Amino acid sequence: MTAAIAEQTGAWLADFTSQPAAEGWLRELRNEAFERFSRLGFPTTRDEEWRFTNVAPIARARFSRARAERIVRVPEGVTRLTLGDAQTEAHLGKYASTEANAFVALNTAFLNDVIALEIPRGAVIAEPIEIDIQIAQAGAAHPRLLVIAGANSQAAIVESYSGAGKYFTNAVTEIVAGEGAVIDHYKVQRESGEAFHIATLQAQLGRSATFSTHNISLGGALVRNDVNAVLSEGTEATVNGLYIANGSQHVDNHTVIDHAKPHGASHELYKGILDDRAHAVFNGRIIVRKDAQKTDSKQTNKNLVLSDDAVIDTKPELQIHADDVRCTHGATIGQLDAEAMFYLRSRGIGRSEARSLLTYAFAQDVVDRIKIPALKESLEKYLFEKFHEHHHQ
Amino acid sequence: MALLEIKDLHARVGDREILKGIDLTVNSGEVHAIMGPNGSGKSTLAQVLAGRELYAVTGGQVIYQGHDLLELSPEDRARAGIFLAFQYPVEIPGVSNMYFLKAALNQVRKSQGQEELDAMDFLNLVREKMKLMEMDQALLNRPVNTGFSGGEKKRNEIFQMAVLEPKLAILDETDSGLDIDALRTVAGGVNALRGPERSMIVVTHYQRLLNYIVPDYVHVLSQGRIVKSGGKELALQLEESGYAGLGIEDEEEAVAR
Repeated sequence: MTAAIAEQTGAWLADFTSQPAAEGWLRELRNEAFERFSRLGFPTTRDEEWRFTNVAPIARARFSRARAERIVRVPEGVTRLTLGDAQTEAHLGKYASTEANAFVALNTAFLNDVIALEIPRGAVIAEPIEIDIQIAQAGAAHPRLLVIAGANSQAAIVESYSGAGKYFTNAVTEIVAGEGAVIDHYKVQRESGEAFHIATLQAQLGRSATFSTHNISLGGALVRNDVNAVLSEGTEATVNGLYIANGSQHVDNHTVIDHAKPHGASHELYKGILDDRAHAVFNGRIIVRKDAQKTDSKQTNKNLVLSDDAVIDTKPELQIHADDVRCTHGATIGQLDAEAMFYLRSRGIGRSEARSLLTYAFAQDVVDRIKIPALKESLEKYLFEKFHEHHHQ
Repeated sequence: MALLEIKDLHARVGDREILKGIDLTVNSGEVHAIMGPNGSGKSTLAQVLAGRELYAVTGGQVIYQGHDLLELSPEDRARAGIFLAFQYPVEIPGVSNMYFLKAALNQVRKSQGQEELDAMDFLNLVREKMKLMEMDQALLNRPVNTGFSGGEKKRNEIFQMAVLEPKLAILDETDSGLDIDALRTVAGGVNALRGPERSMIVVTHYQRLLNYIVPDYVHVLSQGRIVKSGGKELALQLEESGYAGLGIEDEEEAVAR
């Protein structure tokens, strides 16, 4: 352990040891995770995975534990599990890797309050499961969510994050989808302008499961989203994202879509809108394992850059070990279309209004894919107001 | 007073001079056809009048309703009653035709001291104008020009013109790419909008359109200048003898899209 890491982990040690005691498997899980975290320390920009995202402001800060306000809306038919349930023990911490990611290790080390849900086999849940995390005090919170979706079950999950002031959200979500399950997942991040938000979604997807996730990243000073999906035979995964950053916001989206078995399909669309001095990172890794023949994978990353000072680092990473597959990827970085601007203005629509309209339109196709009407409407309203307000300044 | 007076207008794109001294006067209610071979500067003239910033005006004057038109932004020109029907209408995914048109109409109305239309009145107006253009109402809910056929795009331009009711409409090769049925519909829409308070500049390569939209005056553009002006019979003469009959050849493509 280097001195720097020792100093970093030392700051968390007191909180780690003072949290409510746990028994058996949970104590082991936590201890192991803290030990991992102590060994790893926070990543630096020398780590390839963190090359463009400097988490030194988090490493340097001394966070006490913040209490997160959690509003959990569990529709009828979904079972809420506790840490005492065998199902929780069987799945919690089994998917999100503490080895690969120090933040996951840190979250796991502070595991004493989990939102664990089970969707029974074959259950079709019409209403979305809603998890709303709000942090309104300085400090660090480590929200943890586990969703176990039984075979052929169907449900939608919406995670929302918001807060006020300077705090650190370090969230981990594990979703296990059984054979043939149909799961739509949404994460809407509207953290405060000073907040740090680091989150990992780990989705373990069963045979012929259909999974979609939409990662909407709007707030936060320093944001990192890791979305990792592991597919089985015939799994279909949609991995979409929208990130909007201005001022000096930094938002990093890393995705890993792991085609472990044949006949899987994945569709990935990430779109970003950057203004002022914002910095965004997109790194999309697609792994097609040797066995995963007939994989069909498409990745698209599109960025709209509204200022000269905004920066985007976008990188596809294809690791293809099978030979009978179809994988496409593409990334674009562009400005507002001058012809479209002129067209709108030639009809009497003012320059700033035209900019707002086109910016909004750029985000529209990700928003259009959201299947929950209330969520879609609230996002449309938010975006519409955001762009209008911003360009009218 | 003339509605529009163009005096010795020069314009360039990059280093290339395209308009080399255009003079043209358009009075209220008149329809002027501008004909000319490819590259003669027809589309450039249309775009310069609408305020496209791609073109730099390097000399001359354009007076519209007694004011210097060249000082106005594109949106202010539109609000003052100028409308350009694009040769290549732009596809704008994500912006619905309905929202776009309502925003445009209300901007124009506001600047002309009229009240904004509410959703109901707007819809009634739009339905009436769509009928005129024989357009499917479903197009309203689609994104602007996105996935429209060539004919639908051109109809959509004239439909917008019908809704916005400009004082000066500039039609830039509205006939290009239209089959004869679509051409008749589009021309019918244009003719329905003719009136003593509305002037038109109809830019076209071919005489065909002018069988349906009969102009009061015809001007032939070549190498950035009007080389011949006359009545509607000039178009017929061109049809018979071609531009070559006037000693004019197609010029190098000069129009930057």
